[in-house]
Amino acid sequence: MSLSVELVSPERVAFSGGAEMVVCRTTAGDIAFQAGHIPFIGVLQTHPVKVIGEDGETLIAVHQGFVEVSPPDAEGVTHITVLSDVAELADSIDVDRASAAKERAEEALRADSEDPEALSALQRAEVRLSVAEAA
Amino acid sequence: MAGAQERVLRRRIGSTQNMKKITRAMELIAATRVAKAQARAAEARPYAERITGVIADLAAGGAEVNHPLLAQVDDPAKIAVVVIAADRGLAGAFNSAVIKAAEREVAAARSENRDYALVTVGRKPADYFRFRNYPIEAEFSGFSDKPTFEDAAAVAARVSDLFTNGGCERILLVYTRFISMGSQEPVVRRFLPLESAETMATAGESGATAGFEFEPGAAQVLEALLPRYVEARLFAAMLDSAASEHASRQRAMKSATDNAEELITTLTRKINQVRQDAITTEIMEIIGGAEALSEDRGDPEDLLLDHLFSDPFPKHTGAHVRHVLGHDSY
Repeated sequence: MSLSVELVSPERVAFSGGAEMVVCRTTAGDIAFQAGHIPFIGVLQTHPVKVIGEDGETLIAVHQGFVEVSPPDAEGVTHITVLSDVAELADSIDVDRASAAKERAEEALRADSEDPEALSALQRAEVRLSVAEAA
Repeated sequence: MAGAQERVLRRRIGSTQNMKKITRAMELIAATRVAKAQARAAEARPYAERITGVIADLAAGGAEVNHPLLAQVDDPAKIAVVVIAADRGLAGAFNSAVIKAAEREVAAARSENRDYALVTVGRKPADYFRFRNYPIEAEFSGFSDKPTFEDAAAVAARVSDLFTNGGCERILLVYTRFISMGSQEPVVRRFLPLESAETMATAGESGATAGFEFEPGAAQVLEALLPRYVEARLFAAMLDSAASEHASRQRAMKSATDNAEELITTLTRKINQVRQDAITTEIMEIIGGAEALSEDRGDPEDLLLDHLFSDPFPKHTGAHVRHVLGHDSY
C-alpha cells in the first residue's frame, strides 16, 4: 500500500512523487488522504495543499481545482491527482509580487468590502505567501 | 552596356545573399521554437488527460447534469466559428489553409441560412476577415506563437459566453493539428456543445467501476469541471496551432533559403557569362583594330597571329602588341 501524488496544472506537472499523506481543503472542509482511501473526487478551495512525505512536508499553493483519488491499481498504489489552474511550489512563488497583490486587494476591499474579485485576489495572495513563508 | 548588366547582376546577387541570411536565421529560430512548442504541448497533455479521466470517473459514478455547456441542438440557428491561426506570416500556407477551412464553414452556414459569428485568434485571420467585411464577433491576438493558459482561458470565457448567452448554438473550432514536424493539417472540430459525459467517458480511460465519493456532490463537481475542460481543450488546440506555426515557418524558410541559394548559383553563372562575353567582345574589337593597323602597313600577310607565334615581344613593333595585352607599359 503506497500513495503516489501528482499536482497537474495546465502548463505542466508541478509536483509528482510518493507521499504518506495529502491534506487539502475542499469546499466542504479539510480532508486528508492516505494510501487505500476510497475513490474520491472533490472541488478544492484556494488553499495550500500539504503533501507529507518521508522527508518532511511540501506545501503547494493551489488556486481552486479538483482532487481525485483513484482506486488502488494492480500494485496497490493509490493515485492522487490534484488538477488546478495554478499549482505553485514555494520556489516558484514571487513573494514581492504576491505581497503587492495582497496590498492591492486590501486597498480594493477598503473601498468595497464585498468586491468578489478583490476577495479572491486577497485569498490567492495569502495562499501564495503562506506557502512561501513555510518553505 | 555589358558593364551595366554586370553591375545589376552583382547587386541582385548581393540582395539575394542578404535575404538568404535572413531566411536562414528565421529557419533556425523556428526550428528551436518548434521543439519548445512541442515540449509545451507535451507538458499540457497530462492536465487534459487527467481532466478527461475525472469526467470519465464522474460518468462512471453516475453523475447526471443539465449543464448549459452540454445543451445539444440538432439544427442550430446560429453557429460560431473560432479560427486559430498566427499573428505573423512567412509561414507558408499555414495561415491561408486555416482561413480557407474557416471560410468554407462560414459559406456552408450561409448556404443553410444559418447566422454565424466569427472569433479570431491571431492577427492574420482577423486581418483577412476584416478586409473582406465579415462581421467579427471577437478578436484575440498577440500570443499565437506562445500561448499561455491565461490566454486560452480568456478566449474560452468569451466563447463559452457566446454559447450560453450569445445565441450561438454550436461552436466550431478551426485550427491546425500538429501531426509531426513534416505534416500538419487544418481541422474543423465541434467545440461546443460538449459531448455528453458518457461519450467523453469512452474517450478517456475510466478509472474503474468502483463507487466514487463526491464532495460536494457529483453534479456540482461536474459543473465546476466542465468550464475547466473547455479551457483545457482550447489550450491544447492553441498549443497545437503554435507548434504547427513554427514547423510551417521552418519549412517555408528552409525552402526560401534553398531557393535563394539556387538563384545565387544561376545569377553567378549569368554574371560569369556576361563578363566573358564582354571580354570576348573587347578582344574582338582589339584584334579588329590591330588588323586594321597592320593593313595600314600595306602587308596583308603580316597578321597579328604571325607576330604572336614567332616573336611575342618584338621591340620594334611593340605598339600594337601592348594593345593586345591591354598594358600601357611593361
